[in-house]
Amino acid sequence: MAETSGEAGAIHARGLRKTYAGRKGQEVVAVTGVDLDVAPGEIVGFLGPNGAGKTTTLKMLATLLKPSGGTANVSGCDLAADPLGVRKRIGYVSQAGSTLPDAPLMLEIESQGRLYGLSTKEARRRGLELMEALDLGGLERRKSQNLSGGQRRRLDIVMGLIHRPELVFLDEPTTGLDPQARANLWEHIRRLRDELGTTIFLTTHYMDEADSLSDRLLIIDKGEIVGEGTATKLKAELKGDSLTLTFSGGEAAETGEEVAAGLEGAANVVRQGNVLFLNLPDGARALPGLIKRLSDAGAEPIGAELSRPTLDDVFLALTGRSLRE
Amino acid sequence: MFWRDTWTIFRRQMILSLRNPAWVLIGLLQPIMYLTLFGPLLEQVASVPGFPPGDSWKIFVPGLLVQLGIFGGFFVGFAVIAEWRAGVVDRMLVSPAPRGALILGRVLRDVVSLTVQGAVLMAAATLFGLAVPLYVMGLGLLLVALLGGAFSAFSYAAGLALKSEDSFAPLINMFALPVLLLSGILLPMSLAPRWLQVLSDINPFKHVVDGLRAVFLGDILSMTAAFGFGLALALMVLGLWVGARVFSGQVK
Repeated sequence: MAETSGEAGAIHARGLRKTYAGRKGQEVVAVTGVDLDVAPGEIVGFLGPNGAGKTTTLKMLATLLKPSGGTANVSGCDLAADPLGVRKRIGYVSQAGSTLPDAPLMLEIESQGRLYGLSTKEARRRGLELMEALDLGGLERRKSQNLSGGQRRRLDIVMGLIHRPELVFLDEPTTGLDPQARANLWEHIRRLRDELGTTIFLTTHYMDEADSLSDRLLIIDKGEIVGEGTATKLKAELKGDSLTLTFSGGEAAETGEEVAAGLEGAANVVRQGNVLFLNLPDGARALPGLIKRLSDAGAEPIGAELSRPTLDDVFLALTGRSLRE
Repeated sequence: MFWRDTWTIFRRQMILSLRNPAWVLIGLLQPIMYLTLFGPLLEQVASVPGFPPGDSWKIFVPGLLVQLGIFGGFFVGFAVIAEWRAGVVDRMLVSPAPRGALILGRVLRDVVSLTVQGAVLMAAATLFGLAVPLYVMGLGLLLVALLGGAFSAFSYAAGLALKSEDSFAPLINMFALPVLLLSGILLPMSLAPRWLQVLSDINPFKHVVDGLRAVFLGDILSMTAAFGFGLALALMVLGLWVGARVFSGQVK
């Protein structure tokens, strides 16, 4: 993609890198080099296991960490040359929260709005409006320690939106919430984009969240982007159904791996212990034949599961590891 | 921008503190407790040879004011660790607010609260028998404000740099005892052996205490007084500089 000067709400990053000085002068690489493009008004899910570099990348784009290398344009401002411009245009909702447990909500909302140049009155007005929109109406005198987990996450989003940013970073927005509260929050996030056109860049390690909420996914593993596209496209690229075979032991699974690898059309063959994962075109038709060949080779599986590919399979195929680990 | 954001932070901290009745009550009772617990002891100590000459209250109250400034500021670092853990520090760092305003607003809250405590202390001391002109009291409060500001800034800086109560608490303890003993606030250093006196001379707070005592005893234009106030001012400037550095250094 051509390097644009960067429009409001968009992100363009090239070779964004973060290293730390480790012990004995060794360099510890947290993010190897990330290229990414986000268009205005998109909801992009940044997916990867814990420790993959999601939060580090997010913090670099939000000016909380200085990149060790690479360039980025965030909402029209150069990250290195104009971090203040970036700060004015983005909202950042951290995993850690945003308010003191014993502070009244409105006090935090007012102080937040004022730091973005709003008057106390305007901050209060927008705060009440946003709280209403995020189902927090009437709670402004409460303290955040008296809110439920879902309410607290929505409060963090109110704080991140008070200055009507063009682009919002959400770091693991639904971690620790029950399924109902998560679905409810997704609803709010989607509406935010639909009604205000806000670009949303969120990190998650939940497949269902990435699948149902994002327009497009970026998959990161070990500090590098390993896959990119819509969930449908990523799944289609797997070319086939997902097959999981369980063997009685590691040795049988190894034999199974050899057999499967020799099979016509089989792809993304990954073995973990005594379990074998692979993709097989027209799996339902091919499975009986495969099981017979496995039995002939002395490695009859003790379980077989065939499914349409999920994002978890995409992740497994891209990284050789399951996201659920 | 800078002053507006400083005011925003100051206002938030102040409202948070005033909403806490325990904070207000302890803040007001503490100086009075110092006086009632130490006062009776003082009358005995004042007759010991080697105690600085002059009215014992004029020796004792400046010491307490310096102690108030130092120790009042010492512990605020715990609060910034709690704020960091709650995500408040990151939330403010990602805003366009100047980093200096984030610390100065916090320091000013502590300066105001310590100055009020200092005023309560001197009002109570007057009832006990301290007799000094009003402008001397004003200078006393100025010194409390300078020292309190310096230590609160250092404490925020240390708290945010360490981010752990378990490392911050021992650090405070390591500094508190030598500073207190070697400043001659509680016991006159003239009673100390030679080597301890030398150590005490190196301790800047001894000179701050001496300076304020000179003011209370009427030597306002003396070198001792100027040196004490100058040191306090320098500490405050240094503290704010270090504090602003640590706040902006969070983004690295």
